Amino acid sequence: MNTMDQALRDLGEQLRDSLPEAIAAVDEDRAELILRTDGAHILRLLSHLRDDQSCQFTALVDITAVDWPEEEQRFEIVYNLLSVKQNYRIRVSLRTDEEAPVPSAVGVFSSADWLEREVWDLYGVFFTGHPDLRRILTDYGFEGHPLRKDFPMTGYVEVRYDEEQKRVVYEPVSLTQEFRSFDFESPWEGMLNAKTNALLPGDEKAEGEGKA
Amino acid sequence: MAEAKIKPLTLNFGPQHPAAHGVLRLVLEMDGEVIERADPHIGLLHRGTEKLIEYKTYLQAVPYFDRLDYVAPMNQEHAYALAVEKLLGIEVPKRAQYIRVLYAELGRIANHLLNITTFALDVGAMTPILWGFEEREKIMEFYERVCGARLHAAYFRPGGVHQDLPAGLLGDIRTFCETFPKIIDDFENLLNENRIFRQRTVDIGVVSAEEALDWGFSGPMIRGSGLPWDLRRSQPYDCYADLSFGIPVGKNGDCFDRYLVRMEEMRQSLVIITQCIDQIPDGPVHTPNHKVTPPRRSEMKQSMEALIHHFKLYTEGYHVPPGATYTAVEAPKGEFAVYLVSDGTNKPYKCHIRAPGFAHLAAMDYLCKGHMLADSVAILGSMDIVFGEVDR
Repeated sequence: MNTMDQALRDLGEQLRDSLPEAIAAVDEDRAELILRTDGAHILRLLSHLRDDQSCQFTALVDITAVDWPEEEQRFEIVYNLLSVKQNYRIRVSLRTDEEAPVPSAVGVFSSADWLEREVWDLYGVFFTGHPDLRRILTDYGFEGHPLRKDFPMTGYVEVRYDEEQKRVVYEPVSLTQEFRSFDFESPWEGMLNAKTNALLPGDEKAEGEGKA
Repeated sequence: MAEAKIKPLTLNFGPQHPAAHGVLRLVLEMDGEVIERADPHIGLLHRGTEKLIEYKTYLQAVPYFDRLDYVAPMNQEHAYALAVEKLLGIEVPKRAQYIRVLYAELGRIANHLLNITTFALDVGAMTPILWGFEEREKIMEFYERVCGARLHAAYFRPGGVHQDLPAGLLGDIRTFCETFPKIIDDFENLLNENRIFRQRTVDIGVVSAEEALDWGFSGPMIRGSGLPWDLRRSQPYDCYADLSFGIPVGKNGDCFDRYLVRMEEMRQSLVIITQCIDQIPDGPVHTPNHKVTPPRRSEMKQSMEALIHHFKLYTEGYHVPPGATYTAVEAPKGEFAVYLVSDGTNKPYKCHIRAPGFAHLAAMDYLCKGHMLADSVAILGSMDIVFGEVDR
């Protein structure tokens, strides 16, 4: 189930050889091929993937971001491409921070238009050269970028219809019940944490420094 | 006399318009009755599904997928279940795979019934919707009999399906498969040669195969343009590899071809369902790994371990090994995918939902440009937009 096709692995090797400066690393995760690049080379890599005869990734099906707030370059932008001719999928990922913009892929794939607007709206990653970078999913006049990890799940404002003013009014969120987020890290369970192999998750609680 | 520049008329279409298929606000810039620019404003049904899922365990996230494309709820769950199974590295028993495929195809018929009939209503045909919803109700009953709910199923879970099929259900589905082709024939009699329907759909919203790929189209939108691309065939999941079925393709890539593709897909779904009923094996309906699926009730009365498994599963859930996956299924509307990132805890670190309707609606401006106002309704109807999945 989770073994990668040899031809796809060969394609990864071949891409690394033909574009050594644009591809920082070639990874695989559960039979999926991942190319790691950076903002300076993303457009060149995407064009190559689309136009090269052995790739023909003619469809950009998805762009999204992942937020890792504790890291210096906190946003990972992920492009998922599909080759209908070769029947392959490939993932291109790059890292950026809150300030550094990413070049827009609208010139390479038309589908990038709304996908980049969505990433801008939900994560606040700016795309240079995008023709119309407006918010897309959130409310008119919304502030903040809701899918960032430091954005609270309950948000900041709530709306209701005000009978006296005869319009919808915005008010700060008031929770009738405290927001519950349970801590499931167990100090007794021998599961291995990927980041810190030495310390088992929850071990810090045994010292009494964590939550009381 | 100097030529006066006429400002185009701006027209607000929706968000409360019967032909807007939900809550689409379409801002149209018109030159007379010709559309110069179409700017869809979406997000009026945005519920923050992706954010909510980050705060739920893997099992608790399942019901959110019913609320995306609420027309064919189980097909969404399918993508999520496959993604979690891929991260966990578990196999699903054959019987569960057949049940899933069976219900995914029933969902496809339910979806196409809704789309074709409302599309016909938008372009002026009243009758199909009255006939179609009667049939749709039968499919909803099959949903209800297997999971207890007509719409919000929460039936496909990571590791299999929640419960086995009740006695007699397969026989009733087979009876439905025998009577339903007659209904498709009736629709075709009403619509295929209907002059008004043809005038409203033929050569409207034409998209070539290359353009369709460039815009990230999938499903009937890409098959209508002549590209035989179907994930059930090209990247088979569950037991689709064991089944034989046809993939209909269109020729011209217009609204009429997309309608024809959906009609034939319903017939092919019936072929798949009949095969599933014939071939479905006996056995368990979810993986025996009780860290992921609940133990049997009778075991819980006897075994301490089973009781602990049950308690842990429904409180803490299960921990998923770190990693990321992009897992796609052929939902009725096109490629529905989940990009799931795990950090090793019991909650998804990130769950991005790739909805086919989002990519289709993004091309609205491109498809509508130069068409008449009334054609935008036909184009929108043929795209099969449901706002639950577009706005998430």
